[in-house]
Amino acid sequence: MNLTHPLRLRIDGLSKTYGTGSTANEVLRDINFDVHTGEFVCLVGPSGAGKTTLLRCLTSLMAPSAGQVLLDGKALTGPSPKISIVFQEYTRSLMPWMTAEKNVALALSNSKLPRATVKKMSRDALASVGLSGSESQYPWQLSGGMQQRVAIARALITEPEVLVMDEPFASIDAQTRLELEDLTRRLQTERKMTVMLVTHDIDEAVYLADRIVVLSKNPATVQEIVEVNLGVERDQFTTRESHQFGELRSHVLGLIREAQNRAKTEAASGPQ
Amino acid sequence: MNALRKVAVGGFIPVLVIAGYWVWATMSRNPYFPNPMRIMERFQKLWLFAKLPTDVVPSLTNFALGYVIAVFSGVIAGVVLGRIKLLRQLFAPLLDFARSIPAIMLIPPFVLLLGIGDQSKVAIIALGAFFPVVLATMDGLRRTDPALIDVTRSMQLSRWQELLVAWVPSAGPQIAGGMQTGLQFAFILMVASEMLAATHGLGYLTMQAQFTFDSASVWAGILMLAILGFGLNTLFVLARNRVLRWHIQSRATARAR
Repeated sequence: MNLTHPLRLRIDGLSKTYGTGSTANEVLRDINFDVHTGEFVCLVGPSGAGKTTLLRCLTSLMAPSAGQVLLDGKALTGPSPKISIVFQEYTRSLMPWMTAEKNVALALSNSKLPRATVKKMSRDALASVGLSGSESQYPWQLSGGMQQRVAIARALITEPEVLVMDEPFASIDAQTRLELEDLTRRLQTERKMTVMLVTHDIDEAVYLADRIVVLSKNPATVQEIVEVNLGVERDQFTTRESHQFGELRSHVLGLIREAQNRAKTEAASGPQ
Repeated sequence: MNALRKVAVGGFIPVLVIAGYWVWATMSRNPYFPNPMRIMERFQKLWLFAKLPTDVVPSLTNFALGYVIAVFSGVIAGVVLGRIKLLRQLFAPLLDFARSIPAIMLIPPFVLLLGIGDQSKVAIIALGAFFPVVLATMDGLRRTDPALIDVTRSMQLSRWQELLVAWVPSAGPQIAGGMQTGLQFAFILMVASEMLAATHGLGYLTMQAQFTFDSASVWAGILMLAILGFGLNTLFVLARNRVLRWHIQSRATARAR
């Protein structure tokens, strides 16, 4: 799908090696994939595959050892205003000395907008994630799910073209996670955003994604790109219980297990 | 009711100590331990308010000036050293060496250089209080969560904005700790510098009283110092709790969960 949609993001030969010489640790090897406008792409892989490293490289928070990321055809040289990030650990990504509203407004620090406009936009952004009335609360007064909603509001306020999420719901309780998954999907459809979400939860990936990029391990390479033809409308009950969902889930799970086993065998046979 | 109970419980031991001292001082007739009534009389004669404008206000002015200089320069130096690795590597050994000198030892060289006037007092107080502030600021910056910096980087904030919205507020609790230690240092140095080389001031008067075996004045001076020290620390804690409300409450919330 999405072949009719223009290309938004091209990950072009991204590689990352930490250290040099005998202590060198190759984490990413020649990662290539495209993301189209309005597409929801999930990145999954065995734990320790270097998903976060990949995400840091493709948002320019970290310099790759080789390769580049093209946004709308132009190579990224640093963090871009067109890309927003939602980080995994909400307790560490919100400023505890700022209210929810100030945390959200922080993303507009570089805009020349008048203060009143920023205030209104922050309140609207909080409202769009269901947090009206919590504007003047501090992050530590909010539950985990609410804190991550603040982080999502903060990411959305700049109206990014691409939303990158690093295991955003990993440390959130199961029920809230389902709500936030639906919220993310809804916001993505409403705003026609391109979303790239890293997760270790295969069900989550299948439920959310239009395509799943499955990574292998040691070093991470693109093992397979799985098309998820579950349509635009998803439902936590019917979608997850559908036959197709189960098949996709088993397929991705199989790929990851394979990658995991291969990594184990290689580790056992020792370095070449 | 709760506040009343707190005062009653907190005041219990002090009242007991004073009463015990009173009984003992009255019985012992040791001239160095005058009974509290005499101390209070002397206190009133000296500090309410005969000597206040000549010997307390100037001391406190020096103290305030020196402390403010110490806090500003300490935080700025701490931020610069904390963020610029080369400067840190250049200056850290010197800082570590200098801070191991007991602050009171700053008095002789400063008196030599600047005389026994207010200038040398302010300089001594400022330098003594500077070290805890600068070291705490550096420590606070080092503890700043890199996750927050990822956030500011992803928002393309400038290095300057990053300092103001992430590094410095996150170091706030450590900086406040350094400032509190600095406050104590500054207070000690204020009195000590007056005891060693001065023509007026709380420390000077108390020292003079000691030379003339005027024990009531010595104790009255100590009482005055205790009140001032307690007052300054209380003011500091109130101000800190206001500024760092987020820190105190977030920790309380974390404990409650």
